[in-house]
Amino acid sequence: MNQVQTEYESELDLSPDVLQFLTFILNGEEYGVDILKVQGIQGWTKVTPIPNTPDFMLGVINLRGAVVPIVDLRKRFQLEEVGYGPTTVVIVVKVRDDDGERVVGLVVDAVSEVYNVNSREIKPSPNFSGSISTEYIRGLSMIENKMVILLEIDSLVNAGVLDLVPNELVS
Amino acid sequence: MFDEEGMDEIRQIFLEESTEGLDVMESGLLALEPGAADMETINDIFRAAHSIKGGGGTFGFLEVSDFTHWVETILDEMRSGERDVTEHGITLLLESVDCLRGMMDTINAKSDYDTPRISALQARIQALLDGSDQPPAAESVDTSEAESSALVSEEPAVETLMEPEQPTDDLLPESAEQEVTADVPPEVKEAKLEPKTEQKEAPTTESKSPKAAPESGGSSIRVNVEKVDSLLNLVGELVITQSMLGRFKKEFNVNDLSDLRDGLAQLESNTRELQESAMQIRMLPIKVAFSRFTRLVRDLSRSLGKKVKLELLGEQTELDKTVLEKIGDPLVHLVRNSLDHGIETVEKRIAAGKSEEGLLRLSAFHEAGHIVIEISDDGAGLNRDRILAKAIDRGLVSEDEQLTDDAIHMLIFNAGFSTADQVSDLSGRGVGMDVVRRNIQDLGGRIDIESELGVGSKFTIRLPLTLAILDGQLVRVGKEIYIVPLLSIVESVFINPERVNVVANNSMLYRLREEFLPITDLRAICGGYHKDMTLNVDELNDKLLVVIETAGKRYGIVVDDLEDQQQVVIKGLENNYKHVHGLAGATILGDGSVALILDIPGLAQRCFSDAVTTDQVASA
Repeated sequence: MNQVQTEYESELDLSPDVLQFLTFILNGEEYGVDILKVQGIQGWTKVTPIPNTPDFMLGVINLRGAVVPIVDLRKRFQLEEVGYGPTTVVIVVKVRDDDGERVVGLVVDAVSEVYNVNSREIKPSPNFSGSISTEYIRGLSMIENKMVILLEIDSLVNAGVLDLVPNELVS
Repeated sequence: MFDEEGMDEIRQIFLEESTEGLDVMESGLLALEPGAADMETINDIFRAAHSIKGGGGTFGFLEVSDFTHWVETILDEMRSGERDVTEHGITLLLESVDCLRGMMDTINAKSDYDTPRISALQARIQALLDGSDQPPAAESVDTSEAESSALVSEEPAVETLMEPEQPTDDLLPESAEQEVTADVPPEVKEAKLEPKTEQKEAPTTESKSPKAAPESGGSSIRVNVEKVDSLLNLVGELVITQSMLGRFKKEFNVNDLSDLRDGLAQLESNTRELQESAMQIRMLPIKVAFSRFTRLVRDLSRSLGKKVKLELLGEQTELDKTVLEKIGDPLVHLVRNSLDHGIETVEKRIAAGKSEEGLLRLSAFHEAGHIVIEISDDGAGLNRDRILAKAIDRGLVSEDEQLTDDAIHMLIFNAGFSTADQVSDLSGRGVGMDVVRRNIQDLGGRIDIESELGVGSKFTIRLPLTLAILDGQLVRVGKEIYIVPLLSIVESVFINPERVNVVANNSMLYRLREEFLPITDLRAICGGYHKDMTLNVDELNDKLLVVIETAGKRYGIVVDDLEDQQQVVIKGLENNYKHVHGLAGATILGDGSVALILDIPGLAQRCFSDAVTTDQVASA
């Protein structure tokens, strides 16, 4: 009986209109990532730097036998560097592109909450000059009187991070 | 009966089995000696043909079963002793094998059968059956007679390389039909009619090359049951070790320490054996790649008018399936080269005091975690002076340069160093020796030449057993560990700063014995993270120079320290990121950290392409 109840509830939560977002903090702003894209949250581990890659590409780590690149979102969006503190974490996301799936770790200031957002409540993003370019933003949502920026994580990670080449290659 | 997907699967099984059967037939036929009927071999060939016929009938490829039926009839007569094993018969049967291969390709590509070719061959088989090597019997019409008698007199090897003749429309169906009424079972008879109508509708079907290679559709692998059993055994052992270690989870006191240590040692050996055993599954004998050469050498030597004996050694040597697939083309090229340029014609050989039959030897063996493939011939050998003259002519080396014989031989691997004045239809196929070498290097291997003028040449290919694991030298630069493939390392030396010369453009050369090597610091290569690091002569003290060789040239890489040598499992950076120039991938070290594997050819190209090369300095 109990189980039926739980299933019923989770069905409600996951009805097509309701989306779940994991939110994180970056430079004081709160961003949301579709929770289905999130593989896990990782503490800080030693990163092996990869030569000749942009500086926001911190390097690769061993994530249960897979070699996973780690991206510093602060550096990527040219925010002021604050150094890594106790709340700094790596959100591991699995994104999709034409060739398949890629697993990537994103370094953010802190993880915040998991919110249920009704897709009808997502407002299209106005053109504004935030930290992250609007092309990677899916929309905005007001949650508990805070504005949360919901990210289009597939395009952010693929086009906005991984496919970039370093500005200048050292000869 | 079947949906489209089910049909595809059935088609794939049929193709795989038939391709194997055809290989058996081909190797059997090549082993047959005219005049001597080796019953066992004939039986093998017959059985293979019979399975193909049966498979064709069962899976609904009636054209195949029908055609194979004729082949089988010849074999049956040979088996029962009614027919002698003749050169002509063998050649015709080999052509039939080729034709069946073509049909397999057709089925694979789901295109239309090459009907004219099939019918032409069928008519010739029938002619053989009717008149046993004689011109066809009286009821056959003139054209057929002319055709098959012409073929008997022709050089068979040349024939196989030629396009099949276009048959005459009116004759063939007729004669075929007669044969049908004679001894073909009714269900085959029905199928018999199909090709006839197809032929009339589409008489202009383009003839395909008879030597079309069989396509290996899909990528399934046949594994010896023994290998699977041994893998399962090892898994069993692993489970036992695990349960032994598992009890320490509940309670542990200091007295158990030695048990724990034993258990961990056992786990280590289990893991290693399991890894080896899992690798074994991907291993196939090199016979798969070698087998095609029997036929290739037979056909080529005939068309070149040379007598060549092929010797295959170490056919059971196993290597990784991927490596095996990729080494095929370079091997074919080298064998063609040996036949075309290496082994001389009979007259020349006699004049040189050699036996009239040339010897081409392919051998494979394992050596220190690598597979070594040698292609040697007792032919003319490489002409040192001519290669050198050509290299000078092309500006690859300067005239007063002193090169060892080996260095000169290696020049033939340079791009654009095609043997232009010796072009023939055999070697002018667009695959140069530079491509051969690049293919081998892409597999993480290397190729060397030993050759003596007038005595022969030997090409030695060294390949890693598998692409998934690499023998690496761990080197340290600052805090980072990089892995250099052991195969590219020639030697490592302590740097003597006095031997470093800085030349224009901040390039550095190191005088190692009598050779000048362009050198660079790994830090400079990994510049993205050490932008401020430039190579400073004063800092080179106590550092090590790893001498690497790639594309026939040597370079030096400055590292802080050499660490262990170990086998590393290659993990592609492409999986989650993308290819990074200069890196072959990454691996996970024993402590769980990630180390990057250097791509030596890529690095050399990037770092040294503009650097002053050894040659220029030596001539300056």
